[in-house]
Amino acid sequence: MGRYLIGRLGQSIIVLFLVSLIGFMILNLAPGGPLSQFALTPGMSQADIQRIAAQMGLDRPLIIQYFDWLGRLLVGDWGDSFRDGRPVLEIIIEHLWATLLLMGTSMAVSIVIGIGVGIAGAVRRYSVFDYLATVGAMVALSIPTFWFGLVAIYLFALQLDWLPAGSMTTIGDGSVVDYLRHLILPTLVLSLVNVAIWSRYMRASTLEVLDQDFVRTARAKGLSRYRVLVHHIVRNALLPMITLAGLQLPTILGGALVAETVFTWPGMGRLFLDSIGYSDYPVVMGILMLSAIFVLLGNLLADLLVAITDPRVRLA
Amino acid sequence: MTTMTAAGDAAHTRHHWWQHRTLSRFLRHRLAATGLAIILMLTLACLLGPHLLPYDELTVDLRARFSPPLTQDHYLGTDPLGRDIAARLLMAGRISLLVGFSVMLISTVFGTLIGVVAGYFRGWVGSVLMRIVDAFLAFPSIFLVLVLSAFVEPSPFMITVIIALTCWMEIARIVEAEILSLRERDFTIAARLSGASARWIMFRELVPNAMGPIIVAATLTIANAILLEAYISFLGYGIQPPLPSWGNMLNSAQQYLADAPWLAIVPGITITLAVSSFNFIGDGLRDALDSRSNLP
Amino acid sequence: MTLSHPPALAVRDLCVTFQRNGCETRVIHDIDFEIAAGETLALVGESGSGKSVTSMALMRLLGRQSRAAVTGQVALHAATEREPIDLLQIDDARMRQLRGRRIAMIFQEPLTALNPVHRVGDQIAEVVRFHSGSPRRQARAQALALLEQVGIPEPSSRLDSYPHELSGGMRQRVVIAMALAMEPDVLIADEPTTALDVTVQAQILTLLKTLQRDTGMAMLFITHDFGVVSEVADRVAVMYAGRIVEEGDVEAVLARPLMPYTAGLLASVPRLERAGLPGERLATIAGRVPDPASLPAGCSFQPRCTFAVPGTCDSAVPALASLKAGRRVRCTRAHELIPAEELSPCPQTS
Ligand SMILES: Nc1ncnc2c1ncn2[C@@H]1O[C@H](COP(=O)(O)OP(=O)(O)O)[C@@H](O)[C@H]1O
Ligand SMILES: [Mg+2]
Repeated sequence: MGRYLIGRLGQSIIVLFLVSLIGFMILNLAPGGPLSQFALTPGMSQADIQRIAAQMGLDRPLIIQYFDWLGRLLVGDWGDSFRDGRPVLEIIIEHLWATLLLMGTSMAVSIVIGIGVGIAGAVRRYSVFDYLATVGAMVALSIPTFWFGLVAIYLFALQLDWLPAGSMTTIGDGSVVDYLRHLILPTLVLSLVNVAIWSRYMRASTLEVLDQDFVRTARAKGLSRYRVLVHHIVRNALLPMITLAGLQLPTILGGALVAETVFTWPGMGRLFLDSIGYSDYPVVMGILMLSAIFVLLGNLLADLLVAITDPRVRLA
Repeated sequence: MTTMTAAGDAAHTRHHWWQHRTLSRFLRHRLAATGLAIILMLTLACLLGPHLLPYDELTVDLRARFSPPLTQDHYLGTDPLGRDIAARLLMAGRISLLVGFSVMLISTVFGTLIGVVAGYFRGWVGSVLMRIVDAFLAFPSIFLVLVLSAFVEPSPFMITVIIALTCWMEIARIVEAEILSLRERDFTIAARLSGASARWIMFRELVPNAMGPIIVAATLTIANAILLEAYISFLGYGIQPPLPSWGNMLNSAQQYLADAPWLAIVPGITITLAVSSFNFIGDGLRDALDSRSNLP
Repeated sequence: MTLSHPPALAVRDLCVTFQRNGCETRVIHDIDFEIAAGETLALVGESGSGKSVTSMALMRLLGRQSRAAVTGQVALHAATEREPIDLLQIDDARMRQLRGRRIAMIFQEPLTALNPVHRVGDQIAEVVRFHSGSPRRQARAQALALLEQVGIPEPSSRLDSYPHELSGGMRQRVVIAMALAMEPDVLIADEPTTALDVTVQAQILTLLKTLQRDTGMAMLFITHDFGVVSEVADRVAVMYAGRIVEEGDVEAVLARPLMPYTAGLLASVPRLERAGLPGERLATIAGRVPDPASLPAGCSFQPRCTFAVPGTCDSAVPALASLKAGRRVRCTRAHELIPAEELSPCPQTS
């Protein structure tokens, strides 16, 4: 287990380094590069800008600038927002928990439903249910998430008036019920795609296990259908799901961004779009880097979980 | 069972022996066939439709603002500027489908290139390339597309390039895995022993044999690209008005959702239809091209 | 061998038909045989002749997925029961009670037959707990005893091993321990030694014989290798293209195969005393087992048979003729190929 995890950790560190390179390249791609803030300020002469550039060390070779930037990234100095001058990391963390709440809720809901549907489809392969679930998942994956959000708002907020159309709370109402009511629509929208993904993967994974010899052995032992399914089939079919959960993180994060924009959910995705709108590049870059780091950490966590739950990896 | 394994290494015959069997399997996959029919019809409509409709997509008619569908000749209604939605939808289709196809072409060529090189040379070349792939995959593609499209002049060409930049990694991964297994097969080893150059082996021996998975991934890439384009255009960072795209038609839809729901419904359903068609085609191709699946 | 007791397992007219793409393919045709308690019947045939399908049909393990129709009778006479039970007539719940308890099975691939994520001790204890409802502790103790019984060294530490930590032979012992946990009346062993190397193979065969002597179970030993038949079996049934083509006591069949197919199989077994002699080459039967969907006309073996006579062998499927001493053979030309005194039908035993 140690060797396996150290190997994965080493790989992640290399990937993280490459991620930072890509991030730095994008930063220099911004109009005006890291100086964009000043380039946009009226009344700023070319000479002024050059002076500031020298002050900020932008006249140094790119490679030095990169390591300087990386160094500051590593110690948590992610720059200040152009908008209000506050530290980037502070602003992001303020918005982070709303995103995590939304993602967490949606993950929980969609994993339970998706895995249930996937198992049922695999066990009743080619049944009407399986057919509908497969086709339904495919269509769900094809619906633009933001548009589904609009439809949900139109139906449940505007037409039926059951649920609020956006934001996280009603002003002046801090109750848990109010939070939950605001959480329902974004979760629904974000979960549509996730349920589809989970059910497809779980179906495929279960089908693979169904054909294996040890399932036949389990049945030959005379175990009940339920025990064979849960203890032998599902237990094994879930293993690849852990890795997949890690690999799906970017998709889930992207989906959260979309859901947040449609429902004015005050999370990281919303902040990201606002910051793009204000050309607040430090915050934009901060979120970009943070989400990549988040994804890599998620993958590492998945590897760790696999190492814990799969005895074949554990001792390898 | 034993009698069937003989087909094992036949995959390298380049005479596309599978072609007609693949086609019939594919057509028997009813949803895929339906998807293909829908895409063909949609493409045809986008190409010919605008010439047949009474309005063009740019004519503003402030007296006819917010006409619901089926008012007079506005079969799908009008938008907040009184422009004909049917005409805009079909013109938008040209852009959105074109972006989808172009992204597919660019990212498939690029992803295949990276994948083949990584898979063929393995070693540190392969490792570095695949770690770069991993690094790109770590960014949620929507975030990357939004940042880049905010940075550049959003012409349809740049939008295409940007979306392609976030779509090639999946193909690179698939191709690399495929090449890793193909390079150990007899026909590759034979080619190497007979002194064929690396380039010859990669592009004349390996890539043709990895074509099945590449085609499937390419089809799914179109679906993905259309969704990405729609989203960034919806947010205003993609295709810029007055040029219509399915995404930017939804631009004002949220604002007028209560009074003019058709603004949202018409383009949304069209996108869903197009994207699911490509997804079903990809699924059908997977079944048809995968020699392991024993579809009737 | 005279049967004073009713056989532990009696199979009558067993047929298995698979449905695929709307057309039906009969893979097993009217199999019948009996095995007495304490007796071993070897079922021998080339790969693809239908041995595994037969064993799966007996266990009712041909799932709904494979769309198999099984007909006939499979009478299991458990020592604890007065009347034989027809396994094909009882409901699923009853069948599950018998499976693993009264009739158990060992599979060919010890590498994949065990669940990779559970400890072997738990996998053995699972059988015990499920069938006798014993508490966890007791089941574990029993699993330990079973590991010891099947000759696993340091059984107490092996209890917590995962399958991938054991060698192929050890895993097969674990599978055997699982099958024997409830002391079944009938054990079906489907090529239990095929995947193992020769020395381990011999150990497993010895183990199975010992266990059978201790428990008195009936054993259906399936193999494609005549080499192991003489070591384990009392009687042997030869199977070809889903039919039994010859049956008899092991010594009799080995000494004098009546069906050309059996003779061909025997000729392809390497013999220790002949090995290494110059000029000795193993004979093999040319061709391969026919696809059950397109069996040749008449005797299924006729296209590969050196004795086949056109017009005779390809006209009708020969009947399985009963000879003396429980010997049976399915060959149209048996009358010509076999001395008359062996051919005379056996007096009916009542
Ligand atoms: N699920 C199934 N559906 C259709 N045909 C099958 C199935 N399982 C086995 N068969 C066929 O039954 C025949 C006998 O197979 P099997 O019993 O596995 O042979 P053996 O165990 O003697 O090697 C083979 O021709 C095989 O193709
Ligand atoms: Mg077999």
